[in-house]
Amino acid sequence: MSAFADLSPYLVLIAAGFLPNEIWRMLGIAVAHGLDEQSEPVLLLRAVATALLAGVVAKITLFPPAGLAEVPLAVRLTAIALGFVTFLAARRSVFAGVVAGEAALILGAWLFV
Amino acid sequence: MSAAPPADLSRPSSVMTFLSGWRAAWTSVFSLVLIGTYLGIGALAHDYGFSLWWTLISTLLIWAGPAQVILMSALGSGATTLAAAFAVGLSGVRLLPMVVSLLALIKRPDTRARDLILPAHLTAVSMWVEALRIVPTLPREERIAFSNGLGWGFMAAAHAGAVAGFHLAASLPPLLTAGLLFLTPMSFLLSTARNSRLFVDRSALALGLVIGPLFAYEQVGLDLMWTGIVAGSAAYGIDRLRRALQ
Repeated sequence: MSAFADLSPYLVLIAAGFLPNEIWRMLGIAVAHGLDEQSEPVLLLRAVATALLAGVVAKITLFPPAGLAEVPLAVRLTAIALGFVTFLAARRSVFAGVVAGEAALILGAWLFV
Repeated sequence: MSAAPPADLSRPSSVMTFLSGWRAAWTSVFSLVLIGTYLGIGALAHDYGFSLWWTLISTLLIWAGPAQVILMSALGSGATTLAAAFAVGLSGVRLLPMVVSLLALIKRPDTRARDLILPAHLTAVSMWVEALRIVPTLPREERIAFSNGLGWGFMAAAHAGAVAGFHLAASLPPLLTAGLLFLTPMSFLLSTARNSRLFVDRSALALGLVIGPLFAYEQVGLDLMWTGIVAGSAAYGIDRLRRALQ
């Protein structure tokens, strides 16, 4: 019985974490069969994936998890906007934008929390 | 000795390609983002009472930061396995369009499905964004090995972050925790913006940013999935109309 008790967190990991997540990747292999990168369904699915990521950005910024939620909304929005402006000004450098956004967030949190 | 079969000739080159993918991972800003993000995930796992091995295996098997956070917080707060599986399954929907668009770019007509299992498993936002940027510049026969190297390089960065976070858990100051959590939206936004060169991608990004908060605010269940479907289809429709008018 104790061997089962040791294993059970891993069985839960597979049942509740691995399988429900991995099924989408395996379905992706099936859907990709016969489609090339220029085909219309792939253009549509890439747009859906891009919009979904944009949704993740908006959701975490506006309705953040505990830990980030203590930072005021105005600071979060200013930081993300400053990161984006820096990214554009630095010839689309993701690194420069992330550094600027993070610096703004931590400074703002330090000043206003 | 007769001439070596072609497989032997292609073997060293696929190892080299794998290594160049691995290197591309470590020179990408995403290796830092992943170390930071998984620092947070390692600390969270420690606080919820999961073991370090469990945390590393969850990274290896799930390989999606948001899903791992959802799984740990669901199980940690006493949710049933079924409820946790459902929440993880919803968050994983985004992997489907990502896998389809990546595989369309790296496979050849004669590629066997089993050679696509590994790149599909390694697909996560970091790997997808960097692969879509770099892979089109490579010859098609190198693309799968490169993507695998890229994915494993990113996974190594994530594991390093998780180990550090697990051990630092109790001593992370709140300001740093907020900064680590902010890495995900900041890096997702900028890397997606950098990759959006076509009108259809830019429209999808802009519409998703506008529509996402509306669905989330109205507490529509599956709001992220609906954001993707509605904003992505609208962007595609506008693009299609635009192409038809030209």
